[in-house]
Amino acid sequence: MPKVTVDGVEIEVPDGVTALQACEMAGKEIPRFCYHERLSVAGNCRMCLVEVSPGPPKPAASCALPINEGMEIKTDTEMVRNARNGVMEFLLINHPLDCPICDQGGECDLQDQAMAYGRDGSRFHEHKRAVKDKHMGPLVKTIMTRCIHCTRCVRFATEIAGVPELGLLGRGEHAEITTYLEKSLDSELSANVIDLCPVGALTSKPYAFVSRPWELERTESIDVLDAVGAAIRVDSRQTEVLRVLPRLNEDVNEEWLGDKSRYACDALTRQRLDRPYVRRDGKLQEASWDEAFAAIADKVKASSGDRIAAIAGDLCDTESMFALKQLMGALGSSNIDCRQDGAKLPAGSRAAYLMNTGIAGLEDTDAVLLVGTNPRWEAPLVNTRLRKAWLQGGAIIASVGPQTDMSYPVDNLGAGPDTLKSIADGLHPFAETLRNAERPAVIVGMGALARDDGAAVLAAVRALADSCNLVRDGWNGFNVLHTAAARVGGLDIGFVPGEGGRDVAGIVSGAGAGEIDMVFLLGADEIDMSGLGDAFVVYQGHHGDAGAHRADVILPGAAYTEKNGTYVNTEGRVQLARQAVQPPGDARGDWAIVRALSGVLGAGLDYVALGDVRAAMVAANPIFDNVDQVTAADWDDFGEPGEMGTDSFESPVDNYYMTDPISRASETMAECTREFVAGDGGRAGTDG
Amino acid sequence: MSDAFAFDDVCRARAETIVGRYPEGRQQSAVIPLLDLAQRQAGGWLPTEAIEYVAGYLDMPKIRVLEVASFYSMFNLEPVGKNFVQLCRTTPCWLRGSDDLRAVAKDVTGCGLGETSPDGAFTVVEVECLGACCNAPMVQINDEYYEDLTAESFKAVLEALKRGETPEPGSQAGRTGSEPVEGLTTLTGEGA
Repeated sequence: MPKVTVDGVEIEVPDGVTALQACEMAGKEIPRFCYHERLSVAGNCRMCLVEVSPGPPKPAASCALPINEGMEIKTDTEMVRNARNGVMEFLLINHPLDCPICDQGGECDLQDQAMAYGRDGSRFHEHKRAVKDKHMGPLVKTIMTRCIHCTRCVRFATEIAGVPELGLLGRGEHAEITTYLEKSLDSELSANVIDLCPVGALTSKPYAFVSRPWELERTESIDVLDAVGAAIRVDSRQTEVLRVLPRLNEDVNEEWLGDKSRYACDALTRQRLDRPYVRRDGKLQEASWDEAFAAIADKVKASSGDRIAAIAGDLCDTESMFALKQLMGALGSSNIDCRQDGAKLPAGSRAAYLMNTGIAGLEDTDAVLLVGTNPRWEAPLVNTRLRKAWLQGGAIIASVGPQTDMSYPVDNLGAGPDTLKSIADGLHPFAETLRNAERPAVIVGMGALARDDGAAVLAAVRALADSCNLVRDGWNGFNVLHTAAARVGGLDIGFVPGEGGRDVAGIVSGAGAGEIDMVFLLGADEIDMSGLGDAFVVYQGHHGDAGAHRADVILPGAAYTEKNGTYVNTEGRVQLARQAVQPPGDARGDWAIVRALSGVLGAGLDYVALGDVRAAMVAANPIFDNVDQVTAADWDDFGEPGEMGTDSFESPVDNYYMTDPISRASETMAECTREFVAGDGGRAGTDG
Repeated sequence: MSDAFAFDDVCRARAETIVGRYPEGRQQSAVIPLLDLAQRQAGGWLPTEAIEYVAGYLDMPKIRVLEVASFYSMFNLEPVGKNFVQLCRTTPCWLRGSDDLRAVAKDVTGCGLGETSPDGAFTVVEVECLGACCNAPMVQINDEYYEDLTAESFKAVLEALKRGETPEPGSQAGRTGSEPVEGLTTLTGEGA
């Protein structure tokens, strides 16, 4: 470990760090535009100049300077200040003075650093250059005259997103950042370039001219639009969520966020259920909470426990599912299920439904088998980890199931259960690859489990994990990739059919056959509503989607930005989403609705506050006590071997941009769908 | 789109030789010579199809090849005339009369800077130093340097090209290299 001196203070730094990193370790702030810790070093903005000895008597770019033993770095000498002032003056030569109308204003690196290093006037009397704006798609707005050519966006697209479509064309004064032939940046991570852009060249199109950063209230929360549970910051003004940005969480999303999680928030004010409705004379009509509850109570009284059922959807907080499970228990019903896609996941064994390797752990794998999953669309931030494993660790990645472009090479071994079985039996050469790998992993998606033979598939994957030795000392390579944020939490509290209870398919067919009188849908929209027959349907949720259209009573709930809730992500990490704004109109927090309903039904839950529900959850399952932690699951027995079908595995996500009631109501997501999924992609910028 | 352009047999053989010079896994290093080959075959400029063909040939993202092609001024991204006239305007040539040459070029070809004559015979552009300052002023026409030009000699060169002839490249003042115009001034003695 070399020793270096930074501004007179000697520190020891790890091998291979750069001068910039050493300065940061010594607590010195170094201004920079092009340098970014997650991207390769470009060294082209020259803002990070420092004075170094021994070395030539001139400033050195610290971001690209490797540390040597005994190096002396000065970050605040006259030479350094002059050099940085000079760099800033050059950067500002062609940068427009349009901060008052720039969306980056208030959170702009250039603005901030110009305060420290800029001159108060310009000495440049020639013409400033102007650059034509480029088309980059429905999410990224470009004002390319503001660009300072740091190339962060180019490096992000090439290195992290794996879509080498951005580039720097021309040179010198004529250099311009653009996508190839001005096609849309076709990546589900595209909007991250907006965060990376240190100036206002790339800004958010849907958020253009909406608000200034200092007007926003910031709430640290958790994303629920996929099962990754990315850390987000919800920026709101009064009652409206204006934007969602990623927060740093090295274990989950690093500092990235998928486009859906970022931009579906415009749907939080659209198609909302903001008051209770009761169906009268075949039409949903506005009602009061009392009327809605009374309508439910009538039906419950006329029925019996085994003729009542509940299904929990993909966006539910764990507290409301927990409360609903208790309510159903008090009513004598064991017909409850949180696996509305019909995934054959057992609630008993936690290792059977978790991503046991952990999201960050996937980076360390050297051989991966994807079974029935397209992680690029099901969980883009899991996909970036796999890409990293391939890019930096040379991982061999193969798939059984859909053949898609994952942004890294994937060897498609086959389409369905036959191939899976031959690998599990050791007949396929890839079994050898997995066995010989140091950290092998399998990732099984809902495309393989949410089907009639899902239990047999799960057992086959379990057999594969055993035969290929995926579970070793300190390493568990068995992974389930969920698509629903509520799923792991639901399984953790046992929101699955009890003794003799019906699962989702049983509930739907039972309702169709008249054996179930009443179905309670807690945000469940992905089931076959037409199969529910004449059953009385109660829908509790926040968006007018499939469930609300079929419902006989609608109880308006809160979306994820409007309530405090616990979610467990696909790796089993318990995380808390926090309330940023109030639910609209008469809508209420979901556990509180279930609590109030239980009072009317005479099945009183005695919770007064959310903390009471959480305490009960912890009592039922201690993992809920470890917030922000992953509790490793024991590798116990699970899986019931059976006959697998012959149908090939398909990914459950056929449109990344629309997977749930929120994103389906989003205009921005609809535009992305038109652009990237429906085949309108590649529209040139001149098409207007 | 990239079907529209493909190396002919000569270029393909040449391309294979060039790519073969680089170690395994470093074939993308051949992008500049291959773009040059493509530009020659495509008639002095690089259509999008040619860029995409080279990208496919070297298994590179298209944008990476376009970055290279747009960086170097020797690659033309717009069609050019049969005779691509590059006037040097850097200080030595300028002092020796490059402004006159520009006027001659306009006179004879009808092209201002950056323009192509309607018959497609000429494109005239201005460039920075081409490294023949000892023989200033000079112009490059396609692959040839024409040096020690005057307004008259440059006019003769352009008119010869216009007639379809190939004027002798090199010094138009009779020099063989960059020796003094009026003959040797030193080392003139015996045994020199």
